[in-house]
Amino acid sequence: MTPATAAPPPLPSPHPWAPVPFEVRERAAETVDTVTLSLAPPDGGVPPLAFRPGQFNMLYLYGIGEVAISLSGDPGRADRFVHTVRAAGKITQALQRVGLHATVGVRGPYGGGWPVEAARGQDVVLVGGGIGFAPLRPVLYELLHHRDRYGRLEVIYGARTPKDLLYYEEIQGWRARPDLRFQSTVDTAGREWHGDVGVVTTRLPECRFDPPRTIAFLCGPEIMMKRTAEALLARGIPPDRIWVALERNMKCALGICGHCQFGPEFICRDGPVFRYDTVDRFLSVREL
Amino acid sequence: MTASRTRPGSDLPLAEHRFFHGMDPGFLSELAAHAYAREFETGSLLVREGDPAEEFLLIFHGKVALEIELPDRPRRTLQTIGPGEVLGWSWLVPPHRWRLDGRALKPTRALGLSASHLRSALEARPEQGYRFLLRLVPVLAQRLENTRIQLLDLHGAPR
Repeated sequence: MTPATAAPPPLPSPHPWAPVPFEVRERAAETVDTVTLSLAPPDGGVPPLAFRPGQFNMLYLYGIGEVAISLSGDPGRADRFVHTVRAAGKITQALQRVGLHATVGVRGPYGGGWPVEAARGQDVVLVGGGIGFAPLRPVLYELLHHRDRYGRLEVIYGARTPKDLLYYEEIQGWRARPDLRFQSTVDTAGREWHGDVGVVTTRLPECRFDPPRTIAFLCGPEIMMKRTAEALLARGIPPDRIWVALERNMKCALGICGHCQFGPEFICRDGPVFRYDTVDRFLSVREL
Repeated sequence: MTASRTRPGSDLPLAEHRFFHGMDPGFLSELAAHAYAREFETGSLLVREGDPAEEFLLIFHGKVALEIELPDRPRRTLQTIGPGEVLGWSWLVPPHRWRLDGRALKPTRALGLSASHLRSALEARPEQGYRFLLRLVPVLAQRLENTRIQLLDLHGAPR
């Protein structure tokens, strides 16, 4: 089971390492340390901004540096790139501070993305943890745009606390839909939270799917993905139907520099989405 | 904050709870003779930290928050459990007192097995007792592993 269609080409640029200037058109503070930025060309040029769910861009802040950030917006909208950024290092902290109309350099989109086409006619399970839910949001948009093409749709989203849940308003809408089961859970909460508390795997028993006809997309900390994959395998989903998104330090994004090498793969070029049974043996290799 | 206790109704059959699926029917009948159907309103406590742990509670409907009260900081919910799950093992481990609060987050129905009778039954029928523990220990192990993962704070920013 492999992606059926090729990913759209990167933005036209005079040089593969030269970022294209984009402007911050919208800025939404998701949590205390996470922001969602909508980026578009300042002069309205270089549309359409096509991407596959699961692809990423290299975002460049002039004089500070460049970082790989997954696309988190609606693939049906070709007028902007949307990225959800959590402040974790120097560059992402600076990205979190950028204001409206600021300039951000963009290279991409890169990577192969989730095999959404393979999910046609199948039950679909999406499991995201923390900032790892952001790369799954485009999949969810895509599935909901063409809801009749897919079987049962189960989504589990785990966060640290209720205040760390991304896309809070949107989640309320998804939870209200009759054609989707959206479960969110947190690691710890106070009395104000009446939702679930526990790791994402504790929500799996609620999920209904036909294992041989199910495809699962997982994104989050590796131990979370590994435990979730093990639980899905135990429920009978074949190993070639479970896909995971991996993260390593990406520099060139072109499969040249080797910073993101993971066993025989370069995550930027060959991933970041991989079939679980092709990478699971490397997930337990220390320091890889 | 109220809870009711009645004899088990036919709508909460012990054998249909996930924890007891496939266990010896005769043994289950013996346990069911000392079971009570329990109903809890939203917000009420199923169990309270420090109280004697006199029942093994099997959740059939609803949702329960396992909470801990701290003297100098807000009360925290450590885990939620729902239908098909069981509440605690304090009834099995001396001094047989609850170590956490269990609070109903929505109307909750459970079956409570008398702890003293259950301990006697497990002692008197070691083979069934062993099979029972083969079901309870994985629950403990899973909750311990889940707690370890929660302690890792995986979804927080890297430090």
